[in-house]
Amino acid sequence: MKAVTIERQVARAGWLFLAPALILIGLFFFLPAAAALVLSITDFDIYALADIDNARVVGISNYARAIDHPLFWTALKNTFYFALGCGPLTVLVALIAALLVNAPLTRFRTFFRTAYFIPFVTTLVAVAIVWRYLYHAEYGLLNYALTTVGLDPVNWLGDPTWAMPAIILMAVWKNFGYYMLIFIAGLQAIPRELYEAAELDGASAWKRFIHVTVPHLGPSLVFVGVVVMIGYFQLFAEPYVMTQGGPLRSTTSLVLLMYEEGFRWWRMGFAAAIAFVLFVIILIWTLIQRRLEARLA
Amino acid sequence: MSRTWQSLLLHLVLVIGAIAALMPVVWMVAASLMPPGEATALPPRLVPSDPTIEHYRAVFTRLDMGRYLLNSILVAFTVTGTSLIINALAGYAFAKLRFRGRDVTFRVLAAGLMLPVQVVMLPLFLIFKQLGLINTYWGVIIPSMASIFAIFLIRQYATAIPDDLLDAARIDGASEARIFRAVVLPVITPILATLAIWTFLTTWNDFMWPLIVLSDERRYTLPVALANLSGEHVQDVELMMAGSVLTVMPVLAVFLFLQRYYIRGIMAGSVKG
Repeated sequence: MKAVTIERQVARAGWLFLAPALILIGLFFFLPAAAALVLSITDFDIYALADIDNARVVGISNYARAIDHPLFWTALKNTFYFALGCGPLTVLVALIAALLVNAPLTRFRTFFRTAYFIPFVTTLVAVAIVWRYLYHAEYGLLNYALTTVGLDPVNWLGDPTWAMPAIILMAVWKNFGYYMLIFIAGLQAIPRELYEAAELDGASAWKRFIHVTVPHLGPSLVFVGVVVMIGYFQLFAEPYVMTQGGPLRSTTSLVLLMYEEGFRWWRMGFAAAIAFVLFVIILIWTLIQRRLEARLA
Repeated sequence: MSRTWQSLLLHLVLVIGAIAALMPVVWMVAASLMPPGEATALPPRLVPSDPTIEHYRAVFTRLDMGRYLLNSILVAFTVTGTSLIINALAGYAFAKLRFRGRDVTFRVLAAGLMLPVQVVMLPLFLIFKQLGLINTYWGVIIPSMASIFAIFLIRQYATAIPDDLLDAARIDGASEARIFRAVVLPVITPILATLAIWTFLTTWNDFMWPLIVLSDERRYTLPVALANLSGEHVQDVELMMAGSVLTVMPVLAVFLFLQRYYIRGIMAGSVKG
């Protein structure tokens, strides 16, 4: 076959192969994303749901309303509390788990790796219900363990001070296994000789960790930092199932507020404005992380 | 500290970690087999005194969870099957087929990775309402049928296919569809295996969009049904745990049997950071 016909054949196949994915992503992802921006400057509500002619353009008043809305600030604060508390904690636990599982002395490596990973594959809604019982103030396993070692029981999900830490603890349990795997992959990519050379130079285990492990793990640390926080800014199912956003709104996240406003009260214009705030937060976070990544690379 | 002591301490910490990681799952299974009231007894029990499967029976008869199980199976398998084909075609095209506009299209998609799905949900609901897809299985399935993330992974993997191999097939007169089937698919099978497991698990566990799009109880997937039931049946701990086991076990089984492909995929895809 001639080169020109082949080139044409390839180009036609290219678009044909892309078509299903592009149509789906365009129609059901990019189009609604753009529409969300429009929605956020309208007063779209339950009347507009019945007849779209009832929706009017109201400019930035949804955003203004959010700024005046104490609940919006509560949700924003809760979301950051969760992400900033849970993100570093997840990375720390994942890193420790990876170091332990990957230690030269460790036996039954596959068993421990699998055991630590299992929480990650479980269904969030189901294990959130399990944890709701584990956290129960009277008969929960956790309080039983606390009182056994002589500590005071905690009203985990019933106390506004403890509800968010309880959700953070559960989320760390659920997610650390995935990031542990990424760290293990990072650790295994470090050349053995570097450790041997350091050992010959008389470097202690701690020195070897600081001077060999940490610099080599840098890129995966940044990668995990981005992914983990972006996921955590989108907190929803845990408070939906475990606390319904309470007590006293102490676990209402931005996404939960968006869901309630948009799909329970059908104030979809206002909910779209909340969704856009979330988008901006995630965008800023991603840009910061990309810059960090570029500096490390 | 001698090596033996170091090893002992290390494994002690590892075992405590494993107990902490597995305890909620173990308790869930144990509680689901306890007679009514035993899961809330003090001191807490970890082993049922008189194991019973009555809650599993009730889950299928009284709560009709067999139906939700079928719904979840239907949705998860359809999404996994269709998305694999659609994403594989697109990922390969981005990696290996040269044509005008390809790289621009790719960059636009890459920008989309920064958009959180929740931004899309409100207008998507309205679009689906216009299309009559609210409260249908397709309403749950369609948004997951193509994934930018999966296309990226496949593209990355397919880049390794040698151009000579494809060109040789073209000169022999093979059509692009045939090249995809006979040359490309066998090479990218490992990443497709990983993605199949990943897609199945994600779809099975997905909660927020099915919760929004499904209003008729008869079409609920397991997580949506479970969240709904857990409000009504707060007091029936053992019953709820049986429902949770039913929801978790299929994904756990898929993972345990196929973890080799899944874990390998996660570890390979992430080293680059």
